[in-house]
Amino acid sequence: MSPAPANEAGALAAPASPALTRARARRQADWRRRRLVLLFMSPWIVGFSVFFGYPLVMSAYLSFNHYDLLSPPRWVGLANYRYMFHADPQFWTSVKNTVFWMVGIAVPLQVLFAFGIATMVARVKSGAGFFRTIFYLPALAPPVAATLGFVYILNPATGPVNTLLGHLGISGPLWFQDPHWSKPSLISLGLWGIGNTMVIFLAAVLDVPQHLYESAELDGAGPLQQLRWVTLPTISPVILFAVVLGVIQGLQYFTQAYVAAGVAAGQASQAADVTSVNLGYPLDSTLFYPVLLYEHGFSEFQMGYASALAMLLLAVSFAVTLVIVLNSRKWVHQAVPR
Amino acid sequence: MRRIAAAVALIGALMLVAAAVAGGAHRSSPTKLTIWVGWSAGHELTSFKALAAEYDKAHPEITLKVVGGVDDNKIVAAIRSGTAPDVVSSFNSYNVGNYCGSGGWIDLTSLLKKDNIDPSIFPPAPRYYTQYGGKRCALPLLADDYGLYYNKAMFKAAGITHPPRTIAELTADAKKLTVRNKDGSIKVAGIDPIIGFYENVPERWITSYGGKWTDAKGHAILGKDPAWAKWATWQKGLVDWYGYKKLIRFQAGLGDEFSASQAFEAGKLAMNLDGEWRVAFIAHEHPSLQYGTAPMAVDNAHPELYGSGYINGTIIGIPRGGKHLDQSWALVKYLTTNNHFLAQFSNLIRNVPTTKASLTSAEIKPDVHFSTFLKIFGNPKSSTSPIMASGVAYTNLVQNFFTKWQAGGVKNLVAGLNKLDSQLDAQVAQAKGGGVP
Repeated sequence: MSPAPANEAGALAAPASPALTRARARRQADWRRRRLVLLFMSPWIVGFSVFFGYPLVMSAYLSFNHYDLLSPPRWVGLANYRYMFHADPQFWTSVKNTVFWMVGIAVPLQVLFAFGIATMVARVKSGAGFFRTIFYLPALAPPVAATLGFVYILNPATGPVNTLLGHLGISGPLWFQDPHWSKPSLISLGLWGIGNTMVIFLAAVLDVPQHLYESAELDGAGPLQQLRWVTLPTISPVILFAVVLGVIQGLQYFTQAYVAAGVAAGQASQAADVTSVNLGYPLDSTLFYPVLLYEHGFSEFQMGYASALAMLLLAVSFAVTLVIVLNSRKWVHQAVPR
Repeated sequence: MRRIAAAVALIGALMLVAAAVAGGAHRSSPTKLTIWVGWSAGHELTSFKALAAEYDKAHPEITLKVVGGVDDNKIVAAIRSGTAPDVVSSFNSYNVGNYCGSGGWIDLTSLLKKDNIDPSIFPPAPRYYTQYGGKRCALPLLADDYGLYYNKAMFKAAGITHPPRTIAELTADAKKLTVRNKDGSIKVAGIDPIIGFYENVPERWITSYGGKWTDAKGHAILGKDPAWAKWATWQKGLVDWYGYKKLIRFQAGLGDEFSASQAFEAGKLAMNLDGEWRVAFIAHEHPSLQYGTAPMAVDNAHPELYGSGYINGTIIGIPRGGKHLDQSWALVKYLTTNNHFLAQFSNLIRNVPTTKASLTSAEIKPDVHFSTFLKIFGNPKSSTSPIMASGVAYTNLVQNFFTKWQAGGVKNLVAGLNKLDSQLDAQVAQAKGGGVP
């Protein structure tokens, strides 16, 4: 082995300058901190990668393939997207049902309803706990059980609601069996179970500083003006949250529609020999976008096409949320640092 | 040295004994076979398990495990994950296109050939719905066919002496047998023609009109074959006579199809299109019901079709990746071609046995109600729905169209049917991976 060059040996032997030592120590500390952060984040990173990242990438890939779940995926380019927009006879119906009814009508109604109940409950002087519990309770019912209950109560022939209406001389509607009433029935079910959003609104309403109301009152503001100029601006971040959450849930509306259609069509169980023909019953009025996606992917085994539908849903959800959030700067009250 | 030799001899002897024990154990341990079936509860699954136990007992080289309540989703998921059982069966013969086309169920052609089994032992309809694209990846395991159930007491009260043979007679009888409440709502329906109600689907009615589904190239011809428009016009005419909303309200108050409160069994329907299995259900649930069975009435212009009906049924096959092909095939062969087994199983659950020989087997217990369905099954004009690459989606799309039609949502029937043809062709092309044609 040849001896090390003098200057290199000298450099190795010479003690490092204090500045260099501090920099190295800082780098090492930074790296230790990063490793610790990564360690703590690792469960989330693994979960995100396995349960979100990988399925997302695979869905994107499969959306360009013909894939029937049993034979290997075969590249078909944009064929699935062409079929979606030009040939699938149920695609536009499901889009209309989802966007118009679940996003356009159900979300504003849910926000208004939850805010209204929260405002009322916040004003209750005695028995507030009781009313909070009563209004929150339906949110605890599992969606399937709640839907079964609603279909039973609204059964046009034997349900208690139509029986009561019959006693009053009114021929009740066909509810879940009528394409004009099935979506309002589902929206009623959603409003009934609005407890979670109501609780968030209640917390926000109770958190509005009292002195703002007092100042408004001194300025001569009545209850409506106080609502307009004090309550709404103060809780606007919560309204934004409820709207975004409602839109995403509306675009993913599935369980209640799936169960209601099956039961209302006379399908007593989701047993082995049940085909997918009742999805959307009656007359495709409950055929929401996720139901269509499920039908293609899991009843008809067209997973490539279902993946294309899923990618479009992701893109639309992302775009709508982005528009709402960007637009919110105009109306959401930003807290001023004290 | 002697000690070493003794130790070596001892070890050798022990190894020989161990090998013998292991070999013996290997020879005597039976192969575990698992079969998945769709029957989920009640007398049907119990009956199948009892007969499967007989096979198990007669074949000591295997132990057979029967798992009930399995649907096509579970089958597909198991095949994908490589955890499929040795043998699977499905109620959904519509999906044979998926299973054969994808290779999810193996082609049985060579196994049939090896054992000199000619598929012509099965009648044409089950022979058709167990193959796709030149591959026979399934065999029929009992079948369902459809006919008319009628309430004899109601017929007698209405002065009707025999079941209707033509659609005109059926219409007249249905109107005569219908009883309304004072407010005009339906108390008892002569027959419920709503598509989607119980077993009412287009494929089971169109056999009465001899309607064709596709041309020689496989393209849909529902708009071109006048039988479809003729049937749909009659069907909507009868729906309108009742009142669409009145029928929907009437149906909402009826019992579940697979329960003792089913409408025909409960006396809410005077006539009903139903499968042969109802005979066993009535025997279990309403043994005193005075009823009769007959082939479904046919178009007046096609009297030659009387006696035929719609057929489909349970299919059975071997999923790919199975480890015990010989034993699995032996089981499938027994369950589908053994006339003794088919007759026994048919007697227990009153489904139609699927070989030509078992149809006339002396072991089939005579039953005046059930014999109607044996005759329908053997009728050469009986037919089934097309097996397509898009599977059950094909007939679902057809049904979807007619549910809109009966509700008044289709203004021009022929134009609507022509559009439906295009949609069906596009759906099949998409299912084959070709996209929009």
